[in-house]
Amino acid sequence: MKAFLSLNGVRKEFAGSVAVEGFTLDVTEGEFVSFLGPSGCGKTTTLRMVAGFEVPTTGRITLAGEDITYAKPNQRNVGMVFQSYALFPNMTVAHNVAFGLRVRKEQAAARDERVAQLLELIHLPDKGDAYPHQLSGGQQQRVALARALAIRPKVLLLDEPLSALDAKIRDELRYEIRRIQQELNITTIYVTHDQEEALALSDRVVVMSRGRIEQVGPPFEVYNNPATAFVASFVGQLNRLSAVVTNSASGTVRVGDSEVRTTSPVDAPGGSEVFLMLRPEELTLDDQADNVLTGKVDTVTFLGSIVRVQVAVNGGRLTADLFNERLLRLPVAGESTLISFPAHACWVMSRESH
Amino acid sequence: MTISTAPVQADAEVLPVEPPAGGNRLFAWLVVAAGAVYFLLPLVTTGYWSLRAVKDTFGFEAYRRVFADPAFVRSFSESVVNAIAAIVLSLLIIVPTAYWVTLRLPRLRPVVEFITLLPFVIPAVVLVFGLIRMYGRPPLLLTRTYDSSRVLLVCAYAALSFPYMYRSVDNGLRAMDVRTLTEAAQSLGASWATILRRVIFPNLRVALLSGALLTFAIVIGELTVALFLAQQTFGPFMANLTRSKVYEPAAMALVAFAITWAALGLIAFLTRPRHKVTR
Repeated sequence: MKAFLSLNGVRKEFAGSVAVEGFTLDVTEGEFVSFLGPSGCGKTTTLRMVAGFEVPTTGRITLAGEDITYAKPNQRNVGMVFQSYALFPNMTVAHNVAFGLRVRKEQAAARDERVAQLLELIHLPDKGDAYPHQLSGGQQQRVALARALAIRPKVLLLDEPLSALDAKIRDELRYEIRRIQQELNITTIYVTHDQEEALALSDRVVVMSRGRIEQVGPPFEVYNNPATAFVASFVGQLNRLSAVVTNSASGTVRVGDSEVRTTSPVDAPGGSEVFLMLRPEELTLDDQADNVLTGKVDTVTFLGSIVRVQVAVNGGRLTADLFNERLLRLPVAGESTLISFPAHACWVMSRESH
Repeated sequence: MTISTAPVQADAEVLPVEPPAGGNRLFAWLVVAAGAVYFLLPLVTTGYWSLRAVKDTFGFEAYRRVFADPAFVRSFSESVVNAIAAIVLSLLIIVPTAYWVTLRLPRLRPVVEFITLLPFVIPAVVLVFGLIRMYGRPPLLLTRTYDSSRVLLVCAYAALSFPYMYRSVDNGLRAMDVRTLTEAAQSLGASWATILRRVIFPNLRVALLSGALLTFAIVIGELTVALFLAQQTFGPFMANLTRSKVYEPAAMALVAFAITWAALGLIAFLTRPRHKVTR
């Protein structure tokens, strides 16, 4: 597919320190891409360069075949939604939504029709005459979304739009954003530090750390096949056990007294100390899987659909997430247990890279 | 260095004060009474004096004479026009400056704050002599005619208003998320002029009114600068009256006092805390 929005070798420095480096990404039309990473990883700076609020130190940004690297923000036709909503407090909802259309000197009749259409889209058709301060946070963010969409932007940019909202509203609005995005088939970039949000919403996730892209891929891919140690630890939970390589070629390591088989060769010589990484949901408290360790139950936390059990084993502590069911026998703290996991769930990492 | 901007802050809250017990309360009342006497006695005696224009009777003869004086009407309206011109000039300088400092040069804020406070440090006499020395010689020669001197006067008043105007505007800007609002407007296609006109100015309305009314209150009775620039405004008119008349200056003083208080009252009214925005 042809790239619609494309960032090429983008680098941004602020007073000597590098905020973004070697950022290259092609986004196709209608795609929903999330930038995911901890604060300070450069995700917002990258978004702001697409919006035009920052200018790249080097590199190029093209949108719909046009080089916009140095274009002014008010000439790019991008829609932006901010964490703080940023509605104009002196204007009604309808005037806020119409602002971009007024600036474009669109005819009043067409403008009013467009505003009505957008208020319908965000399910707030009766709030046109309300002022922002009369709306809830969730409603304000819907209006901000409508305002950004009113100008028929080429690309929609969302900068942590749900961070200021309550958990329940956040979930609701998350699906709302995805629904609207798919309905309008609008190319969207979504910045977040919340992995759940990124995984739930996106066609592709861009995981960033220290100004660089760590991995780009569909959520399932990024979660299950993390490309780097950072991605593995940032996206989802991860257990880490100390291990020693016993056979590099066959991918066998030793944890405590137990041999652990993996499915791929280990990139470290025999005898070297490594980490064995495991997802909590891939562990079971039985001896049914390829690898079995013995340990002692430390804590048991009942979370509803999930029961989180911490088990002390030789070489560290493992957290196992078990699915709740009515017939489940809850482990008891202090008791001995077996804990097993399949060979393909193992991921070996050298100590230096962590 | 700080100045009180109490009437300017829209969201200033009055802290509850614990009522003092027993004997303390009597002392508190004494202090209040002493303060009241100190401030009110001159007003009362001025008022009393202003009503005694006709021998052995109380009446508003002094006020009637003052208002009937064509020089009063002329000088007062001239001062009003000067004040409005100074306010407009001051707004045009201060709002974009404060906006730009907030948006792009936050590190310069202390510098700009200091500059705007200079009129407090520099006496009016020094200011006016500086102006005359600077602009009263070729090639500018602004002091040559009455009207060109008046331009100079308005400029001086605009400078005198900076401390009040900058504080008001800065307070107003701090109360809103200037940067994000600006970026939101930019991404929607707005130019700088549109942003200032449609987003920044409307949201500063109350702050601008406070600054404007404070400026008005100062400029309307200003004497020193007007006198040295040979302007026949309200300040020199009052000063002149004091030299030639007995009862009228008292009446005049109260009128000027009332104007100032009306301006301050209007600020307090416009900036009163409100839960709902009314338009």
